Amino acid sequence: MGYRFTAAAFNQLLESLREKYRVYAPTLLKGKGKFSDTDLVGYAEISKIEDVVFNQKSYFSPKETFYPVTQRLFYFNENGFSEAVVDEKGMIVFLRACDIQAVERLDKIMLENGLSADYYYERLRNKLKLIVMDCQESFDSCFCVSMGTNKTENYSASVRLENGVYLSDVQEDIEGLFAFHGETIEVSPKFVESNKQSVKVPENLVLESVAANPIWEEYGSRCIACGRCTVVCPSCSCYTMQDIFYDDNPKCGERRRVWASCQIDGFTDMAGGHSFRRNNGERMRFKVMHKIKDFKQRFGVHMCVGCGRCDNACPEYISLAHCIDRLGKEEAGNRG
Amino acid sequence: MVKNSYIPFKAKILAKYQQTELDWTYRLECQIQPIAGQFMEVSLPGVGECPISISDFGDGYIEMTIRRVGQVTGGIDKLVPGDYLFLRGPYGKGFPLESFYNKHLIIAAGGTGLAPVKSVINYFYARPELLQRCDILTGFKTPNDVLFKHDLDKWAQTFRVEVTVDKLDESGNLEVIANSCSRRTGLITALIPDVEIPSLEDVRVIIVGPPVMMKFTAQEFLCRGLAKENIWVSFERKMSCGLGKCGHCKIDETYVCLEGPVFNFAQAQTLLD
Repeated sequence: MGYRFTAAAFNQLLESLREKYRVYAPTLLKGKGKFSDTDLVGYAEISKIEDVVFNQKSYFSPKETFYPVTQRLFYFNENGFSEAVVDEKGMIVFLRACDIQAVERLDKIMLENGLSADYYYERLRNKLKLIVMDCQESFDSCFCVSMGTNKTENYSASVRLENGVYLSDVQEDIEGLFAFHGETIEVSPKFVESNKQSVKVPENLVLESVAANPIWEEYGSRCIACGRCTVVCPSCSCYTMQDIFYDDNPKCGERRRVWASCQIDGFTDMAGGHSFRRNNGERMRFKVMHKIKDFKQRFGVHMCVGCGRCDNACPEYISLAHCIDRLGKEEAGNRG
Repeated sequence: MVKNSYIPFKAKILAKYQQTELDWTYRLECQIQPIAGQFMEVSLPGVGECPISISDFGDGYIEMTIRRVGQVTGGIDKLVPGDYLFLRGPYGKGFPLESFYNKHLIIAAGGTGLAPVKSVINYFYARPELLQRCDILTGFKTPNDVLFKHDLDKWAQTFRVEVTVDKLDESGNLEVIANSCSRRTGLITALIPDVEIPSLEDVRVIIVGPPVMMKFTAQEFLCRGLAKENIWVSFERKMSCGLGKCGHCKIDETYVCLEGPVFNFAQAQTLLD
């Protein structure tokens, strides 16, 4: 069912939704950009539709809204443990088609991998409603079409800004509020059909041959192992357990999990001194193989969704898209 | 809703035995029934959590042999019987004990690698009729690093036990090692050419130790003509969750905490860190 909203009507919709949901969307964060006096498009809770940035790609991905950078698991004191409570409200997140595909990737590792679903991920995931933001045109570093992630049917509603009004295709009307506030009209979501760059993901790569390829030495000499690519990535999900205790009473504290990165020092360090993938090139190979080989071998789809955020974030101008293409060409003769 | 697997349970330290200057074995009151080779996530609230292999278990208890090398193990080192540790698990795949039945089992363990196989050895020590024969090869840095001295001595009553040390310490003394074992200096790999193998196809091998030791020890066994399918190894990685989620132990498409830590060598040798 399609609906048309004026800005005022959409804001009334948001106001009603916010009684039961926290609504997150990409917004302009003033002064938060990389350089002085620049802004950054990142996720924040919104109260009006005008706050949503439609014409730029968000620097950070939406994953931080339902898979927090730091997530408290439980509190401890002399009496034992008490599970951290979860916000009563549901969560509505505005995101792109590729981002929704990335949510499905996170679901694979967090819900399907191992013997059971991840308790804390599932707890928030079950509260999550997805609003897909139409991409009117592809942004510079996107290669979603090559990854087959430019479309989705997995959303509660779509939204796009067109000639000053908001158009929405609703699949699951949250609390009946879209129908209540909107004006019925025929709408179908718009997805990009081509990107400015295309990538050919090589199939049947032979790991030994890939690992022996000298391109990793070259990338390793550029990469500074800052981990920005994994932080901005919508499908990266690694974390580390972390305990903290309160200064005033060291017997009380919290166990948390915090995002971790395979690119950063210490990721594989074991007490006693052993570690793996000590140089940056090996780490990049590990990440690239995860994105375009290992994950698919395990779950049937590529982990990379072609959002291009890593290419935008890299301070050394390393491009995953170029790397994938180059690897494909160089390894063409070494396929299994 | 699934169960919250992250909240640990409390386990009382029943006893604490010193093995070396840095290694202590902790006997913990615990009702779990692990498989030899599995590991637990052990924690001290406020300090942190780390994966530790189960070195032995029995009715109402498990044992873990813990070296004081990091923050958590440094904190554990200060605990005494009557104190508590916090556990979750057991996790991972253990050793396939039944595939060793009626075989000639050779166990090669380097340093703390002896801990995860100790319960395998004890299992067969209590049931020697299940094996054709058993050779236990162990390697340590110096005589002072030898773990489970009494157990080595005990096992040597039934199985052939060899202990080698990389180098002697200042005292130059090998006597600290259980005296019923065959003792010498040198790397563990040097012991392999001398292992008597009456029937190659009946041999099954377990190798556990540091990565380099496992690599070269496996090579020696392959040189003796063993099929790689008849060799098992156990990997050590930084498993932060033990549940297949955190990503720290991933190698290629394999999660060591789920598909390992015990791997058949045919699979293990294809894993590229």
